[in-house]
Amino acid sequence: MHPRPFARREGGALMIAFVIRRLVQGVLVMLVVGFIAFSLFNFVGDPVALMLPPEATQADRQAMRENLGLDRPFYVQFATFVTNAVQGNFGISLRLGRPVSALLVERMPATLELAFIAASLALLVGIPLGVYTGLHRNSWLSRLFLAGSLIGVSLPTFLIGIFLILIFAVWLGVLPSFGRGDTTMVGGWSTGFLTASGLKALILPSITLGLFQLTLIMRLVRSEMLEVLRTDYIKFARARGLTSRAVNFGHALKNTLVPVITITGLQLGAIIAFAIITETVFQWPGMGLLFIQAVQFADIPVMAAYLCLIGFIFVIINLVVDMLYYLVDPRLRVDRTAVGGH
Amino acid sequence: MLPTMQARRRLALLLLLACLPALAAARTLRYASQDDPQTLDPHSANLLATSRVTGNVYEPLVWRDKEWKVIPWLATSWSQPDEKRWRFRLREGVRFHDGSVLTADDVVFSVARALSPTSQLKVSLQGVEKAVKVDAHTVELVMAKPNPALLSHLTNFRIMSKAWAEKNGSTRPQDYTAKEDTFAARNANGTGAFKVKERQTDVKTVLVSHPDWWGHAAGMNEGNLTEVVMLPIKSNATRLAALLSGEVDFVLDPPTQDVARLRADPAVKVIEGGELRVQYIAFDVFRDELLYGKAGGKNPFKDLRVRQAVAHAIDAEAIRAKVMRGFSRPTGTILTPGVQGYSPDADVRPAYDRERARRLLAQAGYPDGFEVTLDAGNIQPAADIAQAVAAMLSQVGIRVRPNIIPQSNYFPKIEKYDTSFYVLSWGGGVTADALYTLQALLHTANRKGEGDFNMGRWSNARMDELIQQLQSERDPAKRAAASREALLLAGRELPLVTIHQPLIPWAMRRNVSAWFSPVNTVYFYKVRVE
Repeated sequence: MHPRPFARREGGALMIAFVIRRLVQGVLVMLVVGFIAFSLFNFVGDPVALMLPPEATQADRQAMRENLGLDRPFYVQFATFVTNAVQGNFGISLRLGRPVSALLVERMPATLELAFIAASLALLVGIPLGVYTGLHRNSWLSRLFLAGSLIGVSLPTFLIGIFLILIFAVWLGVLPSFGRGDTTMVGGWSTGFLTASGLKALILPSITLGLFQLTLIMRLVRSEMLEVLRTDYIKFARARGLTSRAVNFGHALKNTLVPVITITGLQLGAIIAFAIITETVFQWPGMGLLFIQAVQFADIPVMAAYLCLIGFIFVIINLVVDMLYYLVDPRLRVDRTAVGGH
Repeated sequence: MLPTMQARRRLALLLLLACLPALAAARTLRYASQDDPQTLDPHSANLLATSRVTGNVYEPLVWRDKEWKVIPWLATSWSQPDEKRWRFRLREGVRFHDGSVLTADDVVFSVARALSPTSQLKVSLQGVEKAVKVDAHTVELVMAKPNPALLSHLTNFRIMSKAWAEKNGSTRPQDYTAKEDTFAARNANGTGAFKVKERQTDVKTVLVSHPDWWGHAAGMNEGNLTEVVMLPIKSNATRLAALLSGEVDFVLDPPTQDVARLRADPAVKVIEGGELRVQYIAFDVFRDELLYGKAGGKNPFKDLRVRQAVAHAIDAEAIRAKVMRGFSRPTGTILTPGVQGYSPDADVRPAYDRERARRLLAQAGYPDGFEVTLDAGNIQPAADIAQAVAAMLSQVGIRVRPNIIPQSNYFPKIEKYDTSFYVLSWGGGVTADALYTLQALLHTANRKGEGDFNMGRWSNARMDELIQQLQSERDPAKRAAASREALLLAGRELPLVTIHQPLIPWAMRRNVSAWFSPVNTVYFYKVRVE
């Protein structure tokens, strides 16, 4: 997890080596995820029980099982999966009878757009609120925001979603309770950003998904601000007569950003991976909904591919976050090995 | 000049009036249910969620009326020249959605397709070996073995266009080990009242009415829909919210606990009907010692008195009121009204009588009862029924431990006879004929297609004989007598104890009217929106 610091002068080459090493680690992570997943699939049950009607004969069931290779031990099934996956073939969904890769590609835009809006909401609202509550610790508005943030932290996602549906769809009738609205295809990417109904459909799910992250970032920025505002250099900056705007935003806020980036990065992965609940509540046709239905149907090819993909997304996000550190924190760019290691 | 002006005005007015109904006739039904159809292929998956779409898009040779009796559909008449052959005369002028005309070639092709190894619909052609074309509008089904219930089976077998399937490389149903999906899984070309306009998996399936449907001229169309948007909404709460907010017009599967609240809403109405399904519990009567339980090294269920005690200890009325919230009809036999071979005098539940149950247990040598595990899948209402039955049986001394496991684990388990006592439900609606149910549930299990769901391995020579009779007998009166005797025999011997027939609620906006079909499927040509 801890990248080896490298010197600025040989940074380019080291950076590439670093990225390659992380990508190799990523492949290993995905293999391990896949292996664990496959060993667990023995417990999700037999998809054949759901693919055939309850009244199907035993001969039909057995034939189906053998046809799908489900009668083989799990390591053989895993080896087959890896061999095929390397060739870009993730198999056919047992529930929908379509190639898994096509399904994931089809669902990814919905999840990524939702995650993007939810994360933007969390950052664009969370950071200013955090700064405000940090600067005006005792104002009644700050207390209100902090009390309100408890809701975001403590209420489970599905409950927030149901409340929002009840208020805005059933009572007020202004926003849709489910789905993505109308989507437009832009070069193979189905987007909901270009239609009015698509944008309206994004509002409730993105609030539901982003609320926890919003409150988390707000509280994080607030406590970091309080910490930084106590430091000497802020006092000196004030003593030098800099405007409070310059002090608060130019010096204080900038120095709170390292932990915020770490958390945001990890949370972005969490938003994508755990959009499952929000997607289920709002019938949002993303990867999470695909996954939850795959679990209920014991749709092994979809579950395996989804888990590996999520593993891959986490690896990539971690990599990007580690690289962002170097941009934000100049101290990390100095070769510290020269002065005695970490 | 003047008369012409007037005539012109009149014409314009007439044209306008003629247009008005056309304008008003654009009627859309937004339909929501929990599940999305797995595929659009009528021969691929034999699952309800799929046939709810394919049943509106593709059509069978024979179909059913409102009393669930078999009626002519794509075939107008049929005859049996001899034991081994059924001859069907096809309706003329039937058009597929792509405009081509239905001929005998399409039927011959569809039979071969539905009998191919990757088809899950082989059961609907039970006994059929192949189809032979006689002339452009006559087909013969050649039987490998007799099937007196063939017409009932055929209601579930749907016809696909040969030319279309060949053109699109879909002559076989989806193979799940292949790399690609077949064209027919995502596209459809049937002869039905509705054609598929758009299909987005897990998002929506849009159907539009088929203007050339033969049923318009034949007077089959009872509905007025021009478009149907089928929406899968997984979450119960969201699905109901969408109905209450008016975003959907129809919900196929409202949770029963919310029905009372829905009924209170003036904008919504709920209709209900009996599905041709029976929920029951059954015993392992094969092993000499209980596999899961403690009864002093014996298997109490081998003793008829113990099975009778269980039947007397179960209060089906309480299950109806508490577990099912009124949505069931307690039943004493494994067939429901509407199934060929149902006999009202066999439909009698043993009286709910705890004292009698205790006495029977004592007589059987279990005055202090015994312990046993009751297996059930984790779908409702099976899981709740298992809990309720456990509580009721403990009242008479049988200490039942409910073992509720995921449905996908449950079937493989009971299929291996790995159970002592289990909850199951059986849908007889597929063929609506006694043979189908009795053969699967009550025939001696032989792993050859008979007794496939007789997991308790009950075996009775007379029952097997009666089922063989049903298999070969063509005279309806004799078949009814055999079926009645079989049901009475099962009621006396109790290899299984039936609990109830579930009632299914459908919720819709007040301006929608639909016909409740006993297979829990909406047929859109019978739906009206006012």
